[in-house]
Amino acid sequence: MTESLIVARQLVKRFGEFTAVDGIDVEVQRGEAFGFLGPNGAGKSSTMRMIGCVSPVTSGSLRLFGLDPATHGAQIRRRLGVVPQLDTLDTELTVQENLWLYGRYFDLSRSEAKRRAKELLEFAQLADRADSIVDHLSGGMKRRLSIARSLINEPEMLLLDEPTTGLDPQARHVLWDRLYRLKQQGVTLVLTTHYMDEAEQLCDRLVVMDQGKIVAEGSPRELIDRYSTREVLELRFTAGTNEALAPQVQGIGERQELLPDRVLVYADDGEAALAATHARGLQPESALVRRSSLEDVFLLLTGRTLAD
Amino acid sequence: MSGELRILPVAFTARRPQRMIERHIVAYRRQWLIIVSGFFEPLFYLLSMRAGLGNLVGKVSVAGTQVPYDAFVAPALMASSAMNGAIFDSTGNVLHRLKYARIYDAALATPMSPTDVAMGEIGWALLRGQLYSISFLGVMAALGLVQSWWVLMALPACALIGLTFAGIGFAGTTYMRGWADMDIVNTATMPLFLFSATFFPAASYGSWAWVVQLSPLYHGVALVRAANAGVWTASILAHIAVLLLVSIIALSIAARRLDVLLRK
Repeated sequence: MTESLIVARQLVKRFGEFTAVDGIDVEVQRGEAFGFLGPNGAGKSSTMRMIGCVSPVTSGSLRLFGLDPATHGAQIRRRLGVVPQLDTLDTELTVQENLWLYGRYFDLSRSEAKRRAKELLEFAQLADRADSIVDHLSGGMKRRLSIARSLINEPEMLLLDEPTTGLDPQARHVLWDRLYRLKQQGVTLVLTTHYMDEAEQLCDRLVVMDQGKIVAEGSPRELIDRYSTREVLELRFTAGTNEALAPQVQGIGERQELLPDRVLVYADDGEAALAATHARGLQPESALVRRSSLEDVFLLLTGRTLAD
Repeated sequence: MSGELRILPVAFTARRPQRMIERHIVAYRRQWLIIVSGFFEPLFYLLSMRAGLGNLVGKVSVAGTQVPYDAFVAPALMASSAMNGAIFDSTGNVLHRLKYARIYDAALATPMSPTDVAMGEIGWALLRGQLYSISFLGVMAALGLVQSWWVLMALPACALIGLTFAGIGFAGTTYMRGWADMDIVNTATMPLFLFSATFFPAASYGSWAWVVQLSPLYHGVALVRAANAGVWTASILAHIAVLLLVSIIALSIAARRLDVLLRK
C-alpha cells in the first residue's frame, strides 16, 4: 500500500504582487525520489520552502504526513531533513559540532546526538575532518556535511534544493551515490534541480515547472517518450548563419528548433535526418546525433532552454 | 482582546531557547578571550573615575546622604555596562547570524521556532551580562564603593536592564539592512549613557529632568543606585514596571519580526 507523504492541491505562494507558485498539484509517495525540474525562478525553491514548513502557504492546501504545516509545523519538521540551496552551516563550529548541536535542535540527548554525528561523519566521508572548522572545507565537503546534518534526526523525507549546483563533476557523483544509498534505505527524496542529468539519475518521477506552474509530470523516460522523439540531431553552422539556414532544414524529422548556437532536428532516426540534411546540400560545421533528454522535453514544453 | 494581552504570551511560547544558548557556549569555548576581555572594561572605568573625576568633583547627595563621587557613579556605570553588553550581544552578533551566517535559517528547519531563537539570543545576552555584572560588583567591593549588602539586588536589576536592552537591540537589528546601520547603535546608546543621570543627579537637568525619564537606562541606574545605597522607596516599583513594559514590547517585536524575516 502506498502512503502519500506530500499532498498539495492548488498550492499558491505569492510575494506581494508576484506569484511564485501558481496553483500546483503534487503528490509524493513514501520511498519515492521525486524531482521538481525547471529553470531558476520557476517556483521550485518557494515550493520547497512551503514543504519544509518555513514559508506559509498563500492559498490552496498542503499536507505533509497528513498534517497541516500551519498548525503542526514543528511536528512535521521533526520528521524532515532539509538541505538548503545555499549552505547554512555554522562557520563558528567544527564539522562534528555542526552535526551534534543540530541534533540538539531536534531534542536528541547529547550522547545520542554525538553518537549519530560520528556515524554521519563516516557516511559523509568526513571522519578525518571531524575537528576542522567548516570554513576550511571544500565546496563538495560542505555539501556532504549539509546532507549529513540533515540526517541527524533520521528523517523520513529529505528535501534537497539544488543539491549539486556549483560542484565539480566528481563531487556531484559522490553526492549522487550518497543520495542513492539513502533512497535504498527507504528515505523519501524530494529535490529540485535544473540539471537534466541529475533528474534522470536520481528521480523516479518528476514534475517540470515553469513560471510557477507544473507543465508536465511523469518518470524521466515517460516524459521523453511522450514529448520528444527518440533521437535528436544537433547541427552547428558557421557562426551567424544559423538563422538564415534554419528554414532549409524544414521538413526534416518531426520538428526543428532554432537555438542561438545550433539547430536541433527532432527525429526518431537521427542518422537518416543527417543524411536528408546533406542531401539538401547543407554543410554544417558539425553534426551530432544523440538520444533525447529531459532538456528537449523542457525546450518543447516551454520554448526555452533550462539555462535561460 | 487588547494588544497587551496578545503580545504577552509571545515570549512564553518559547520551548527550546536553551538550544541556542548551548550552541553559543560551544562556539565561545574557542573564543574565551573575547569573554574575558569584557571583564576589564568595568575595571578601567572605575579606576579612571577614582583617579580622575572623583578627586575633582568631591561629594554628591544620594538618598539624603553625601557619598564620594566614585561611589555615586559606580552603580550607574554598572547599569550602563549591563546596557552596553546587552546591546553588543543583540546587535552586531545577531545581525551576523541573521543575515550573513544564516544560522537562524538552519535552526528554523528544525522544531525550533523564531521565538526560541529570539529568546535564546536574549537568554545568552543575559547570561553573559550577569557574568560581567558579578565581576563589576567584585571590583566595586574591592575599591570600597559598596555601601550596603543590598547591593546584591543590583544583579537582578542588571538582569532586567539586560533584558530590556537585549530586546531593544534585537528588535532594532531586525530592521537593519546591513553593517552600515550598525553606526546608528552607537549614536543611540551614547546619549543614553551620558544623559541617564549617570554622571550627575537628575535634578541637575532642571526643567529638562522629565526628558531623562524617557531613557530606559535612567530607570536602570535608579535601581542599581538604590540597591547600592540600600534605600528602597515606592518609586522603585515604577522603575521596574517601566523596564518590564519596554522589555515585553521589545521582545514581542523581536520575535514577530524574526518570523516575518525568516518565514517568508
